[in-house]
Amino acid sequence: MDSVAAEQGRSLKDHMDDLAFYIFAAISVASAFGVVVSQNIVRTALFLLGTLGGVAGLYFLLDANLIAVIQLIVYAGGTLILIVFGIMLTSKSPWAEFKPPKSQIVLAAFVGLLMFIGITSLTLSGEVNWAARATKTPLATSPKVAEAGEALLTTYLVPFEVDLTAIGAAYLAKTEK
Amino acid sequence: MLAVGLSHYLVLSALLFSLGVVCMATKRNAIGILIGVELVLNSANVNLIAFSKFQTGLVDGQVFAVFVILLAAAEAALAIAIFMNFYNNLQTVDVDRGDVLRG
Repeated sequence: MDSVAAEQGRSLKDHMDDLAFYIFAAISVASAFGVVVSQNIVRTALFLLGTLGGVAGLYFLLDANLIAVIQLIVYAGGTLILIVFGIMLTSKSPWAEFKPPKSQIVLAAFVGLLMFIGITSLTLSGEVNWAARATKTPLATSPKVAEAGEALLTTYLVPFEVDLTAIGAAYLAKTEK
Repeated sequence: MLAVGLSHYLVLSALLFSLGVVCMATKRNAIGILIGVELVLNSANVNLIAFSKFQTGLVDGQVFAVFVILLAAAEAALAIAIFMNFYNNLQTVDVDRGDVLRG
């Protein structure tokens, strides 16, 4: 990567975007660590909110405004509330804890670390040349919300409807007793 | 500071994915496992949006991310319904105790 040449054409806005990336990435990763480490299920759900918010910020940085807003409304507003209600309805006390055996924690942490090292070494090794595979220059105009909405209701109408059917199926499964 | 590119997002996504897998493996509370699944789905979405921005420049990645989010919502509703039945039968959501084959 020619970092000197890349540094020349970068404006203040680009540096602010980079700073925002690191802030949102730190929020989401720290919250994800909290999700894993926390033994209290209510705190786990709260940490998940931090991860969802941080990832929504990353979507804004990636010019995916529609996805960022959907993430905040559907995930943080809907799914998380559902999870919190599930927690309240399925525990005698909100402070109930189930601790896993220490051997399982060590094994899971080892497997997770191995997985992370494997994925990152594959993506960063240069085995796959991402830049050569790009079908556009990274500085082209960003897609607008209207374009995404139009694609959703024209090109991808059938999968979209099927997806909504899945939600209907989930609703039926929930009400049927 | 290094310019943020595709690889930054891929590493972040790998980190979220690994943490989600560890969460799924270590939690004994069924809802904790569901939260781990949500982490993994989020990491997949970060990948989709990052590739859509840096590789294609089209909206297809964003559309797939919408599908993932909608499916995650449906899956959470289904999973909570299953956990409610689990709780009604066993008076707990400890997955280690869900080893009976009759309802």
